[in-house]
Formats: sequence, structure tokens, C-alpha cells
Amino acid sequence: MASRTVSWLLARSISSSGPRSALLSRGKKLGLVSRGGIHRYNSTAAAAEEPITPPVTVPHTQLLINGKFVDAASGRTFQTLDPRTGELIANVAEGDAEDVNRAVAAARKAFDEGPWPRLPAFERQKILLKCADLVDKHNDEIAALETWDNGKPYEQAAKVEVPMFARLFRYYAGWADKIHGLTVPADGPYHVQTLHEPIGVAGQIIPWNFPLLMFAWKVGPALATGNTIVLKTAEQTPLSALYVARLFHEAGLPEGVLNIISGFGPTAGAALASHMDVDKLAFTGSTETGKIVLELGAKSNLKPVTLELGGKSPFIVCEDADVDQAVELAHFALFFNQGQCCCAGSRTFVHEKVYDEFVEKAKVRASRRSVGDPFKAGIEQGPQVDSEQFEKILKYIRSGVECGATLETGGERFGSKGYYVQPTVFSNVKDDMLIAKDEIFGPVQSILKFKDLNEVIKRSNATRYGLAAGVFTQNIDTANTLIRALRVGTVWVNTFDIFDAAIPFGGYKMSGHGREKGIYSLSNYLQVKAVVTPLKNPAWL
Amino acid sequence: MATNHSNGSSDDATSLVEIPPPKIRFTKLFIGGDFVDSVSGRTFETIDPRTGETIAKVSEGDKEDIDLAVGAARRAFDHGPWPRLPGAARAKIMHKFADLIDQHIEELATLDSLNAGKLFAWGKAADIPSVANTLRYYAGAADKIHGEVLKMSRELHAYTLREPVGVVGHIIPWNFPSTMFFMKVSPALAAGCTMVVKPAEQTPLSALFYAHLAKEAGVPDGVINVVNGFGPTAGAALASHMDVDKVSFTGSTEVGRKVMQAAATSNLKPVSLELGGKSPLLIFDDADVDKAADLALLGILYNKGEVCVASSRVFVQEGIYDEFVKTLAVKAKDWVVGDPFNPKSRLGPQVDKNQYEKILAYIEHGKREGATLLTGGKPASKKGYYIQPTVFTDVTEDMKIVKDEIFGPVMALMKFTTMEEGIKAANNTRYGLAAGIVTKSLDTANTVARSIRAGVIWINCYFAFDNDCPYGGYKSSGFERDLGLEALHKYLQVKSVVTPLYNSPWH
Repeated sequence: MASRTVSWLLARSISSSGPRSALLSRGKKLGLVSRGGIHRYNSTAAAAEEPITPPVTVPHTQLLINGKFVDAASGRTFQTLDPRTGELIANVAEGDAEDVNRAVAAARKAFDEGPWPRLPAFERQKILLKCADLVDKHNDEIAALETWDNGKPYEQAAKVEVPMFARLFRYYAGWADKIHGLTVPADGPYHVQTLHEPIGVAGQIIPWNFPLLMFAWKVGPALATGNTIVLKTAEQTPLSALYVARLFHEAGLPEGVLNIISGFGPTAGAALASHMDVDKLAFTGSTETGKIVLELGAKSNLKPVTLELGGKSPFIVCEDADVDQAVELAHFALFFNQGQCCCAGSRTFVHEKVYDEFVEKAKVRASRRSVGDPFKAGIEQGPQVDSEQFEKILKYIRSGVECGATLETGGERFGSKGYYVQPTVFSNVKDDMLIAKDEIFGPVQSILKFKDLNEVIKRSNATRYGLAAGVFTQNIDTANTLIRALRVGTVWVNTFDIFDAAIPFGGYKMSGHGREKGIYSLSNYLQVKAVVTPLKNPAWL
Repeated sequence: MATNHSNGSSDDATSLVEIPPPKIRFTKLFIGGDFVDSVSGRTFETIDPRTGETIAKVSEGDKEDIDLAVGAARRAFDHGPWPRLPGAARAKIMHKFADLIDQHIEELATLDSLNAGKLFAWGKAADIPSVANTLRYYAGAADKIHGEVLKMSRELHAYTLREPVGVVGHIIPWNFPSTMFFMKVSPALAAGCTMVVKPAEQTPLSALFYAHLAKEAGVPDGVINVVNGFGPTAGAALASHMDVDKVSFTGSTEVGRKVMQAAATSNLKPVSLELGGKSPLLIFDDADVDKAADLALLGILYNKGEVCVASSRVFVQEGIYDEFVKTLAVKAKDWVVGDPFNPKSRLGPQVDKNQYEKILAYIEHGKREGATLLTGGKPASKKGYYIQPTVFTDVTEDMKIVKDEIFGPVMALMKFTTMEEGIKAANNTRYGLAAGIVTKSLDTANTVARSIRAGVIWINCYFAFDNDCPYGGYKSSGFERDLGLEALHKYLQVKSVVTPLYNSPWH
């Protein structure tokens, strides 16, 4: 059933719409949402149906430390919930500082004494290829687990995300034996080389919006370069990482190389970020939490930190754009993955000449979006990940209405159970409205009008974020001007959410530090050692 | 029981090891995805060098067959899927190809041993598994071909595209039929090229098997074509073909010159050449004599000296020279000459009668020129093309055995006094393929490494080949590199794309 071919993912030229190699990231804990607001909820037949029973059982709920599944030191567990219903999926071991200590010790030992960094790179490559093969083999189970825990459409998980996960590991496998230092010119008779060495124990904290892909973005380059890892998953989505990590051990990953801690940010996450024996930290999540992580890195052992944080990415539709295509892509850019993408095109700037047509069509497209049980075929949008996100999004929608933006469609809860939100479109959005400034992380499209290029550049850049941008134009000069003028880490021109393994991703400004994926991601996990020795009577310099 | 060469005429180890009659599955040309007879219908005999007897008759490709193969490769490049696939999709097929090789290791090792006299045990343990790994290495490179975005001095946006060069002609030698096939084919596949391979006429069999496996793995028809035949006919037709975009050749310096000429007089196709060598091994006074002697013997006797990077000139510093000579003479006896299917053998037969006679003639010449035979110097059997491991001492730099590439198990052993003298002697050759240094001194190693004009320097090791490690020649040993990411660039064109830029906030 699930197409697992990478070529399918890459056949982007065939169609200009629909989720292709899409994804994005984010783990958040924004505390600004008040509880208990009263909303007018619509009840619909679709959501009233009994949820489909997920075609998978939960294989692992314990922590994975030193190659073994173990309970938390405290014995505590937490509940991971089904976002379709808010009901319990499983009780999961809750890692805290003591578990992080154990995991770091295991990773330390695996790095300092174990075989992993000492294996010929070629052998590491082979194990990573085997990991990818095993994930392919269990594609549908892994996808089902991901959907159950996260709420994303099963077809998206099974046909795009799990195959992309395997693809990413194959990509990084290929890097393992091609990590080159340099021989460096010297000003005098010296022989100079750089060695690119693994940095050591990497702490990685990943979000809940793309649990598997964020795992791959972090773990892939760290393993290819010979590091050992303690990975903390998001408390909303602990399940898929435990499963694939077990498969990795079956593929031959030595014990202690990849340790998985389920748990919460303020406890397990903070312990990892401030650990004195962790050599590197990589975090994907909210800008607020990213600040805390960076601070903990600074206060503890000055570990270098890679951050991939929030965004409020502009999607710019110029006057010469093909409006139908632009509507479809703008819709995809925002609504994909329930709007839970850090690079979501959440500020849709449309040129005044095509604005009215665009708004009308965007409204129609959003109102046709199929929302429902993510296990059901043909569903485009499942529930938001949890009640906190759900409430937060509804609060932002209220704020939009209160500020005077025009609610074109949606605006309310979808159904009566679980965390479904109607696809929502606002027009007449002004730059100073909260919905145009804050990252909503939900299915809420804000459409803004612009007149000329310089104006839209200025307004696009008037944000603390700088993760991504979409540009829709047929004019090469307009495209080239926008590409360079936008202060963001990724510009998609006449496309959006293309996330190939080789394309680097990361933020300007408060959207983060460093880049993931591609050749750039390797440097996050490598130390550079310069080696200098005098040369006697060199034949040349 | 195996005997060693120095016992003279006894040839127990060279007596034929009976193996189950190999099934030769592929003897035709492989063009456009099908095995076909040659246009002329002609065949040639391929010989078992253990006996000089015929293994099989193989279709003999000539100009017309090359035309057909180039046509198939051209169509596959211009209209077929291969260059249009994402690198990751090419990688997937290449990984499958590698897996299929792993499933046929014994059969492939047998073909190379039968056809080239190569040791079966080494083929099985090293040569064949490592070609699968070469494919995997380049599979991993197929999705990592980066161009660059450039820094222009004016308001311009510019970038480079690295595009597949097109139809590649590969002409490969007989000494490592499998290794050479994949050293050429793998990076070209990764780059998205299509190709015509002409294997050596001595060793046509494994290449055809690989063509079959490529098809099974999903390499589209026309991407890999194999035309067996001779240099002056099939090889020349390929090198001078107007529709071939690149020729990659490994072989002798003499033939390399012809290949380059053919390219120059036809369509000016770029050529990469990996040619002959007369590689020096410099052993310094501070070396561990035992280890140095092992390396020196390995350097010249591995694959019966049929190695372009063989350490055929060994220079030993005078302080340890006498001890080295003694040690070498003793250790040379461990290099048992025998049937390549006998697990005790360390040298099989030379590839064919031609090579065998050429090597023996060089040995005779050395003797006439006044060099002293330390060991060997004779045929090692009555039947087949076996030669004793041979070491000459009292050699001077002007002797033919020091200047020419013998391509057999014949070492010229010389003495040197100072490092400067050693470097000068080592560079006193028209070749520049490889060199070895044996020393404990960091300064000696670094100075000599930069001073020798050769494409690969092995310090306290020899034949340390690796997929990621480029190698190729200086001087008349050729140009451009095989292996590593360097080799990928042989099969890529660089295209610069430039367009004006308006209102850019930075330059």
C-alpha cells in the first residue's frame, strides 16, 4: 500500500501541489494560552464517527539506555494521548535528571571506549544502510505509530515521512566515508592538515510535529560522523523513536551509541542541555525554549548549540503569479501537517492586483480541505497534537476576529471530540495584529495585501524570525531580488516545503543557529583539529 | 604439497588444481541491454594462463560493434532515464548492483582467476567484495554532487552546474579485470553518464557477467555496454569515435599515447590516462628491516608483479643494505608460485604467453647487462606461464630493467647514501605513478613525500588503496585520477550560469 520509493518523493516536477517531500519541525511549550475559554464548537458527522483502530500495537514504552529498555530511575511514567480523542495510548517511562545521567554515561563510554567512533567509516556506512533497510521493512507499522501519537494523516506518514526517514539515513550513510579534512597551505615550511573528528556525546532534543524526521535530521549526521547520542523526544510523541531505535540496534548499532529518553523539557531536557559531559547540543523547538537551551549550554560547559526554532515565514504572491497555482501552494505551505510546521507560510502576502481573486480562491480551497480521522484514506488534516496546542490556536483565532481581520472560513473547533480545528482563513490582516506576528502553529492562514516589491520586502523582514519564505513569480528579476533580500534560511521559489536530504535548513535571526541536512549539517557534529609540523627542505610550498 | 620457487624445477604448486568445470555464461557482446553476436560474427579465444588452453570463444567486437554500442549509449544519455534520475535513485540501483555482486562472489572470482591467473582466495576475500564496496562508495556520492554559487565582481548572480559529461568510453586492462571495471564504471554511473566498456582481450569474462548483473539491478538498457575485442580495432574505434564525449583509459604508456592521439584527431574528447609506472620504494636506515623486506616483496610480487604501481625499483640506504638483502632473500622463499586455485599459492601465472616471454626477456637482458640475480630468474613450471619471484642486485640506473616497466615479478634492488641522492634516483624516471617510503622519521617521511613526483605516496605501507583515496600519475604515468571524489569529476562537465541581478542587498 504505502509507496516507499524515494523517487516518488522526488518526482516534484510532476505536480505543483500536494505534500511531496514536505515536513517541518517544532516542539513547543508556549505558556501564553489561558485555559477555560468558551468556544462555540461545531459538531460534524465526520468527527463523530468512531476512531479507526490503529493497525499497530505499542511495542516500547521504556527508556532506551545503553542498548536496553529500562524503566525510569524514579519509576514514574506519563501518559501519551491519542489526539483524535484525548484518550490514553500508553504510559511511558518518564526520564528525569538521573536517567539523563545514566544515558550520558552510556554515551560517554560508547564514545570514549566503544567501537563506534573507531569503526572504519565504511563500516558505519554499512550499519546506517542496514538501519534504513529495516525501517523500510517496517514502514507501515512505524507510520501507524507516528499517526496515532501525533495525529498526522497516515498516508502522509506512510508514503512521505517514513520513506524520507530511510532516505535521510541512506544519504548520511553515504557521507560517512567522505568526510574530508584539508591539507592547508602555510606561509613557511610547515605541513598543515585539518582532521575532522567526531565531537563526542551529542545531546539532541526534538519536537513533536515531525518526530521521525526530526530524529533523522539529528541522529543521521551525528552517527555518520562517529558520535554517540542522547536523544530526548517530545513528551507528546515518544513512541516512534523508541521503535526505530530498537531497529537500529538490530542493524548493528553498538550499545550506548544511541540512547533515547522520553520526558519533559524542564526536567529531562534541561538536564541534558546543562550536562557537563555532553559535548554538543542540538535543539529543535520554540524560540522561547531555544533561549533556555542556549543559556544552559552557556552556564554549564559551553557546549556548542545548534538551534532550529520558530518562524513566521512570508509567502509572497506577486502580480504576475499564476493565481491558481499560488493558491494551492500557499494553502499547502500553511495547512500541511495541521499547520504545525516551523516554516509554515503563515504570512501570505498577495499583490493588490490579484488579491481579491486570491482570497476568494484560498477561502474555497480551505473550506474544501478534508479534515477527519488521520487513519482514514484521503484525509488531508488530522487533529492538532494536544489540548494545549488546540486551545492556543483557538485563542489566536479569537484574537484575529477581535482585531478586525476578516474571517473568511473556519474559525472553530472541528467536531466535538479530540483536537480538530477547522481550516481557517483570515483576510485583511494587518502587520501589527497578533496573528501576523506570532507563530500560531496551526491551520490558520493570514492573508495580507501589498503594493510593491520594496514594501513587501520590508514587511516580510519585519519579524524577529527568519526561517523560510515562499516567492511566487514568473519574473526572473523579481525572483532574484526577493531571493537575496529576504533574511531567511530557505527561499522556495514557485514551490514550498521541499525538504530533500541534501538541502540545508535553518534560520536567520531568532529562528536559530546552524543548519541541518546537507553537507552543512556534518559540521555540527565535527571538531576541526589543525595539525602542524615543520618541513625540512620541502620540494615546494 | 607446495614447494617454493627457489627449489628450481620442482613445480608441485603449479600443478593444475582441478576445479569444477566453470560454467561460462556470457561470451557475447552486451549492447543496448542485450547480449549480441559481433556484427562480423567473429570470435576470439580466451585462454587459461595456467595451461595455455582455451576457456571459451568470445565475440570479437570491432568498429561496427563500437558504433552500435556508442549509439545505444548515446540514446540512453540523450533520451533515457539515467541522467534524468535523481542521484538518490541512481544510488539505489547501484546499491542493488553491489548486492548482486556480493551474491556471486565465488563465480566472479573464479572467472578472474581462470582468465587472468589471479589468486582465487584473494579474489574471493578481497578483489570481488571490494568492487561491490567501490560501487557503494560512489552510490553514496551520487546525491552529493555540488556545484557552487559564485562571488561575482559585478551585479551578477552566478552558479556552476556539474553535469554528466555524456557518453564515456572506458578501456580497461587485464591485470585487475573486476577492480578496473568498477574503478571506471562506478563514478561514471554516479555522475549520470552512459558508457561503453572495452575490456582487455585477455580478460573478457567477468565484465560480461557484470553487465548482466547491472541489467538485473535495474541499470537501464544502453547505460552500460560491453564490447570485447582488441585495442587496434575496438579500442581505437572507441577512442576515435565522434560521438563519445570522454575516454578513460588504463593501460600501457605506449597505448595511452595512441588513445590521446585518437582523441585529438577525432572530436577532441577529454581523455584520462592511468598508465605505466616504475615506482620507487625508498627504505631508510631507521626502518625495521623485517617489515621493510615484507613491504618490498609485497610491492613487486603481489598479483605476480602485474600491477601498474608495483614497487619495481627498491632503494635501500647503505646502513642496512646488506642486512636487507639477506632478509629479502630468505623472505622471498615464502612467495610460493602455484596454481591460483591452490590456497598455498601467492603468485599465479602471468596473464599470457606474450607477457611471460616479455618478462623472461627482460630477465635475460638484466643478466646480460651485469646485474646479479639474488633470487629467481627462471620459469617456475614446465606448463603455463609461471615465473619465479626475481630480485636483481648490482643494478645501475641506466639498465633497461630499471628504466622499463617489466610488469612481472622482477625487482631491481639498489643502494643509496643520502636522502637527497635517494630522492634524485627515485625521480630519475619518465614515470610518476606511486612511491613508497619506509622510515620512522617524521621529517624524512614529510620531505620525501613532497619531493617525489608521483601521484600516490605510501609511508610505511604499500598498496594502501581506498575508495576515498584518489590515485593516478605524474609525468608519463598519465593524468587525472581514479577513485575518490576526484574520479567523479572526470565524468562531470562544469557549466557556469550567469544572470544580472537588480537591487541586491549584498554582493
